[in-house]
Amino acid sequence: MARTAAAADRRPPTAAELEGIPLDEREDVIEVENLVTHFGERKILKDVTLSVRQGEILVIMGGSGSGKSTLLNHLLGLLKPTSGTIRILGKDITRISEREFTEIRKKLGVAFQGGALFSSMNLIENIMLPLFEHTDLDRSTMEIMARMKMEVVSLSGFEKLMPAELSGGMIKRAALARAIVMDPRILFCDEPSAGLDPVVASAIDDLILSLRAATGMSVVVVTHELDSAFKIADRICVLDKGAVLTIAPVDEVKANPDHRIQNLLNRRTEEEVLDPEEYLRRLTGETS
Amino acid sequence: MAQAKAISFLDRMGRAAVAAVAELGFAAVLLGQALLWTVIGRARRQPVRLSAVVKEAMDIGIRALPIVTIMSGTIGIMLAIQGIYSLRIFGAESKVTLGVALSIVREFGPLITGILVAGRSGSALAARLGTMKISQEIDALTVMGINPVRFLVAPPLLAALVMIPALTFYADLIGLLAAGLYISAELGQTLSAYWLDAIESITANDLLHGLGKSVLFAVLIVLVGVINGLSVSGGAEGVGRMTTRSVVHAISAIIITDMLFVFVTTR
Repeated sequence: MARTAAAADRRPPTAAELEGIPLDEREDVIEVENLVTHFGERKILKDVTLSVRQGEILVIMGGSGSGKSTLLNHLLGLLKPTSGTIRILGKDITRISEREFTEIRKKLGVAFQGGALFSSMNLIENIMLPLFEHTDLDRSTMEIMARMKMEVVSLSGFEKLMPAELSGGMIKRAALARAIVMDPRILFCDEPSAGLDPVVASAIDDLILSLRAATGMSVVVVTHELDSAFKIADRICVLDKGAVLTIAPVDEVKANPDHRIQNLLNRRTEEEVLDPEEYLRRLTGETS
Repeated sequence: MAQAKAISFLDRMGRAAVAAVAELGFAAVLLGQALLWTVIGRARRQPVRLSAVVKEAMDIGIRALPIVTIMSGTIGIMLAIQGIYSLRIFGAESKVTLGVALSIVREFGPLITGILVAGRSGSALAARLGTMKISQEIDALTVMGINPVRFLVAPPLLAALVMIPALTFYADLIGLLAAGLYISAELGQTLSAYWLDAIESITANDLLHGLGKSVLFAVLIVLVGVINGLSVSGGAEGVGRMTTRSVVHAISAIIITDMLFVFVTTR
């Protein structure tokens, strides 16, 4: 059983310290309890409860419209839930002030699906931005730190390129470099390998694994790429229509008999059984 | 049937009115937050960066100089032509300087500058923020713990508050100079005599009237641009739609505010 949430200001354990501690015995860095969200009348998330532990890679999977992006946006504090709690590094982000949340956010790194690099800044300026805004370091030190992260993601030598001049894989790696420049305790990756060719996608997966191994950071990955999820996940959380179907290690998820999980894993769509009258109503555009 | 149509019309009007009030509220919050961050930003370790303000000032002010020069010069000459034509009816062409000088300083200088900046910088601001919104750059700022209002709204607002009155003053000078050149040539008056007449005609109150309006226009241009930019949805088409909306709204707001300002301060 995992222990209670880690305090935000306590020194995080290093990768070496975490090694040897079973996942179940590590502290939770994220705890989500009974999260419910509505968009208008529609219930998007239904009593979602999950946790992420220190040094763990949790992959959130699900089909289109399953609520995985909405869940990620809640974890990042970009959306407010209807009810439920989200504790990150011990603080309930649904109840803390914006000022407190800013302090928490300095310990988080986020790599967005499209990179979200600032088009008016070159690569190194993009990566340095969090350092520039949150530290008192001099520019040369910030440049050295940014170059170190660029080296980690194999982007050395591209400092002066603008985001528009980068390939899809380079944008994803640049987004990762910016996400880790403050040495975050939790890294969030939204579809890190989506839209990339298999070789580049695999390289991104390796990068996430090596980052975790080197720093001991926890990683939350939202993806629908099965190969990627199976490769990097310690546990997989499967969402369907806004509800958690299971949170379990990869092998247990693969062996889960639930037909919705098997449909997702085997890339099968669930066939809708329609009665003829309903089918006719849809064809004529009448609402049932 | 007619009743249903009337209810539908009222429903649409009601929704539009609520949306307009919500937009006004949003504008007030944005203005308040931008000014607040300017004051407390340093204490919160999130200052509004001078370099960002200077960059915006270059764009809003310095790069607008050529077009402001051309437009204010053209309007100065146009006013001089119309003034001489009108006053010739009464044989009072010599009084044209008074009319032209007051028209430029109190009305045309600030108005033409406001409209030009709304078309150039207000639309650019809306397009930039709209693109940033759909590419999740604003979300990225938020999750990095960087307040988007402090980072994206305060610099153009401060730059506009300095540069639009400065541009207005510059437009006044160019308009007066161009009008003076035409009047001198047409009426055989020397340029220095024209300047003396013009300076005698304009009081500090007239100058402040124009510059005061330009401060209001600066706030309007930035807020309309920001609100429309942040309201973008639906990809590139949405950016185009909101950019156009931003220009139309900003120019309309400038002209209506101008009329209200004149109504309140001049009668």
